[in-house]
Amino acid sequence: MFNISTQALFAQLLVGLINGSFYALLSLGLAVIFGMLNIINFAHGALYMMGAFCAYFLLNVLGVNYWLALILAPLLIGGLGAVLERTMLQRLAGLDHLYGLLLTFGLALIIQGLFQNYFGSSGLPYAIPQQLTGGQNLGFMFLPNYRAWVVVFSLTVCLATWFAIEKTKLGSYLRAATENPTLVRAFGINVPRMITLTYGFGVGLAALAGVLSAPINQVRPLMGADLIIVVFAVVVIGGMGSIMGSIVTGFALGILEGLTKYFYPEASNTVVFVIMAIVLMVKPNGLFGRA
Amino acid sequence: MKTSVSTLALAAALSLPGAAFAQDKNVKIGVLDDMSGVYADVGGQGSILAAQMAIEDSGMAAKGWKIDMISADHQNKPDVGVNISRQWIDQEKVDGIFGVLTSSVALAVNGVAKEKNIVYMNSGAAASDLTNSACSPNTVHWTYDTYLLANGTGKAVVKSGGDSWFFVTADYAFGHALERDTTDVIKANGGKVMGSVRHPLNNADFSSFLLQAQASKAKIVGLANAGGDTTNAIKQAAEFGIVSGGQKLAALLLFSSDVHSLGLKMAQGLQFTETFYWDLNDGTRAFSKRFSERMKNKNQPTMVQAGIYASIIHYLKALDATGSNPHDGVKMVDKMKSMPTDDALFGKGEIQPNGRKIHPGYLFEVKKPEESKGPWDYYKLVATIPANEAFTPLDKSTCSLLKK
Repeated sequence: MFNISTQALFAQLLVGLINGSFYALLSLGLAVIFGMLNIINFAHGALYMMGAFCAYFLLNVLGVNYWLALILAPLLIGGLGAVLERTMLQRLAGLDHLYGLLLTFGLALIIQGLFQNYFGSSGLPYAIPQQLTGGQNLGFMFLPNYRAWVVVFSLTVCLATWFAIEKTKLGSYLRAATENPTLVRAFGINVPRMITLTYGFGVGLAALAGVLSAPINQVRPLMGADLIIVVFAVVVIGGMGSIMGSIVTGFALGILEGLTKYFYPEASNTVVFVIMAIVLMVKPNGLFGRA
Repeated sequence: MKTSVSTLALAAALSLPGAAFAQDKNVKIGVLDDMSGVYADVGGQGSILAAQMAIEDSGMAAKGWKIDMISADHQNKPDVGVNISRQWIDQEKVDGIFGVLTSSVALAVNGVAKEKNIVYMNSGAAASDLTNSACSPNTVHWTYDTYLLANGTGKAVVKSGGDSWFFVTADYAFGHALERDTTDVIKANGGKVMGSVRHPLNNADFSSFLLQAQASKAKIVGLANAGGDTTNAIKQAAEFGIVSGGQKLAALLLFSSDVHSLGLKMAQGLQFTETFYWDLNDGTRAFSKRFSERMKNKNQPTMVQAGIYASIIHYLKALDATGSNPHDGVKMVDKMKSMPTDDALFGKGEIQPNGRKIHPGYLFEVKKPEESKGPWDYYKLVATIPANEAFTPLDKSTCSLLKK
């Protein structure tokens, strides 16, 4: 079991990093939403799926290419998220977490059910954009260009988000509004609008991940449902609401999962939950969480 | 979800008051399939439609039979499938269960059918165990099995020079059975297996597994999985340059819904084995036209849905020949085994003593985009495997029902 080549090991590390990019992008959106709004957004997977479908329809109905979809889909789905927040989630503000969780979980089931009803379960094809086809032979593995792009792009988005929230003035408003909305309001800042936009932004991140994954996986109604449970585990391990925590754990767990796929593939879809159980016992607030 | 064609039947039954008392002409059919998961396009709503069409086409209502149908989603979980089956048999008094994709669920329901003595006609599961080690006097395995897939695709690939294999296998009963049966065929034809890797059912990312396949340097990467797993693996194999690097993919189980979902550009050139294709002959075309018109997404039927139609037609024929419903699974399965099968979709055939339904298999190749003349024009026929060679020979079957 341990006589592996360093070549194979590097290859698996890189593959893990690629998967980690998706975990990081999705868990980042969840962390932003939880951190700022105190909502456990179970609809995140469904919105990720809608991002992928949005890219598909932009291409096949309107002829909009991948690059524009990368901007348009998050805006459209993020806008939808803002509407959801204004019409539904806002009514649950201040109530127990459980209500938000149930509402978003219900929304996820409805959205997925509708998509499955219309598009079936096997999914729709979405091709890799022309500029990113092919790949590089790195010696130890063949790295498809598209996957390299995914890692670089999502890392950039993650760090930019972290910077915007932790280091800018706008971010400080946001954090202050979470701590004490009444006081921030007294300074003349429109807190409800800020919250709506934050939710829309978190949803936009999910849609962005959806567009990124469309060329890799089939665009399927259940693509989010399969992923979201793992992503929740990532958020719990990182610490609910911790921005940096979700980014670092996203990438780290992707790598860990990649290694498991090499050493003992049968356990690859449980390893994340084993880690989650251990972390919860040792550090209930997560690795980066504040007590 | 309950569908009933009973109103018509009831009217017919009432018009024959004398006969209704003497004979029990009530039948209840259960269609148990994956309605919402990774195989829902292979079975799903199309399975229910196929069963409905079989009941209508059988003409049994006019003969005084009252046929009810119920359906449910087993979610690809054996425990869910078993619970629904038990409830159907105990409370709904179901006479027969049809469909049941996913080998792990199929094998579990197989046990319930035997214990409760009902008819069980499987169309969808692949594991050849259903007519070998797990065979039962209550079970008929209709459409295809892993022996056929291994013999059809496996043999053809090895004979055309693909003599070293690496398997990417779905980690449950079906994948294991398919890998086992294909390995036997490869070895019998002088090839060798360089390794295999097992992935969880419903897996989104295949890059790790594909890299291992690539590193093995095997000529053929055999995909022993199905549905969404196969389409994702094929798509990602193209991305990782498996085919352009000189290796070939062998999709051991591919349904027309998978090819539709992948698109011809991605799927072209793949060879695989099926027992039904909508554009095979006049009979299949006529059925498929009626079928797709009634499907919401206008899909053509898969071989699994065709198998559900044909198996119900044969079951109802056997019931009609019996004259009255005995509500006895073994008795009905014996009756079906004694009658030759004949339907528009699979042609003439028979059910062997171990429960295996035999009919020809077909080795297909996916057309190039420029060869396709219209929607769903996807396959060209490469070879026909005669019925007597397509499935496990009786002398090799390990079924305990066969007296040796």
